[in-house]
Amino acid sequence: MLIRRASSIKPSEITSHDLFLRRREFLRGAGWAVAGAALAPTLACGAEDEARPPAPVAGADANPFRTDETPTALEDATRYNNFYEFGTDKSDPQRHAGSLRTRPWSVAITGEVAKPGTIDLDALLRPHTPEERIYRLRCVEAWSMVIPWLGIPLAEIIKRFEPSSNARYVAFRTLLDPEQMPGQRSRVLDWPYVEGLRIDEAMHPLTILATGMYGQVLPNQNGAPLRLVVPWKYGFKSIKSIVEIRLTRSEPPTSWNRQAPREYGFFANVNPDVDHPRWSQKRERRIGEFKKRATLPFNGYADQVAALYRGIDLRKYF
Amino acid sequence: MMNPARRNRALQCTAIAVGLLPAAALIIAALTDDLGANPIERVTHVTGDWTLRFLLSSLAVTPLRRLFGWSWVAPLRRTLGLTAFGYACSHFLTYLVLDHFFDWRSIVEDVLERRYVTAGFSGFLCLVLLAATSTRAMMQRLGRRWASLHRLAYLAAVLGVIHFLWLAKADLREPLVYAAVLTLLLGLRLGFRLVRSRSRKPSPKAAKSQISGA
Repeated sequence: MLIRRASSIKPSEITSHDLFLRRREFLRGAGWAVAGAALAPTLACGAEDEARPPAPVAGADANPFRTDETPTALEDATRYNNFYEFGTDKSDPQRHAGSLRTRPWSVAITGEVAKPGTIDLDALLRPHTPEERIYRLRCVEAWSMVIPWLGIPLAEIIKRFEPSSNARYVAFRTLLDPEQMPGQRSRVLDWPYVEGLRIDEAMHPLTILATGMYGQVLPNQNGAPLRLVVPWKYGFKSIKSIVEIRLTRSEPPTSWNRQAPREYGFFANVNPDVDHPRWSQKRERRIGEFKKRATLPFNGYADQVAALYRGIDLRKYF
Repeated sequence: MMNPARRNRALQCTAIAVGLLPAAALIIAALTDDLGANPIERVTHVTGDWTLRFLLSSLAVTPLRRLFGWSWVAPLRRTLGLTAFGYACSHFLTYLVLDHFFDWRSIVEDVLERRYVTAGFSGFLCLVLLAATSTRAMMQRLGRRWASLHRLAYLAAVLGVIHFLWLAKADLREPLVYAAVLTLLLGLRLGFRLVRSRSRKPSPKAAKSQISGA
């Protein structure tokens, strides 16, 4: 895969592995932000001049489950949302999502599982302890955020229902109720919203079902009470307000792919080298920042997930 | 009663003041940190919206004059057109400076490869030509060609609406409203033209009957 080494990438993101290890020595016991700022010029020079193999730019996270990057302001993360069930303007979800009743809530687990059934959400969640995951979120519209989610690995939940060997995909469905979701009264999308993952993507440790963010219960406009988070894919894959998880043999239909197959693929992996037909995906605007930054392959999670797509032409299967 | 020159002046000043209101609201929002989570996107959208609104308003002047005989609205055409140009400039500058920060490579790529940018940019170039030839001196210098040149206003509006239609993700309702208004305005022009050509060139039969009647 071709990885661009653009000088516009922030130094903190193109730190090579050995530099990174040295940085840890410097930084032990020091404040990350302060030391990072002081070191930035040194690292920038090092990154430009040093002859080195094309290290994956995605290696910046010491811990992929919790990026060091500064989380987006909670205020912005809750007032700038794409959740067409409440309107197509990004300020609509905050204004209209109050009408969604998130309890009682049940989720149907169906399809290729030994123990299918419909289960109350609280019962579904009870055996698990939510973990905090600080992930980058890259929207297909070329903006991004950093969100501290609270969630449960999807794999842990799926395993409880004992998927059969025929389960090759996981399909998800959002609530369909125009009373609670006024945006569903206009047919901008074919409701209900549906999404899907390949089973290995669904079972990947980075993939979670989120129930909260910023240490709080998930706000309605962010997909309460239960949403998917797949950090290496464009945001529209991370379906909100889930009522059904179905294990399937074949690739399930997905909403945006059905809407515009040329523009939105089933995989929808974040990829700066494959532009959206109508706009560039090379760069993104991090909400709260002025200048655009380079978009990273697999949204910076290439080290964790690139192997899932070995041998696949990512330009064809975008 | 006010003399026509003073009335025109007053009308144009009012139009300019009204035209500046959205810009003022945007500046106040910027100063009070009230532009939302993505301020650059907000400024881009607002300046783009008002470009289209003022452009369509300027194209509505002549139909209003002809349909209702409101000759007093005529001087507004240029004022509204120039207001649209002002918003188009802010829209373009927002794109150039705030959105792309002079990243010429990606701007050129955008203009050449992204059809909605191509449409928007071409529309903007039309407006530049129109604004540059909007003075009385230019009008006199160009003479008859001025009117033909200024038909570019329709092209600019068509390109502007197409720009909006092509960038929409799934919800076409808002751009379609602009498209409907534009279609109506263009349809009216066509209607006027038909009526005029009929009244100018009476059919041979009508001409004959006129003669015999005389």
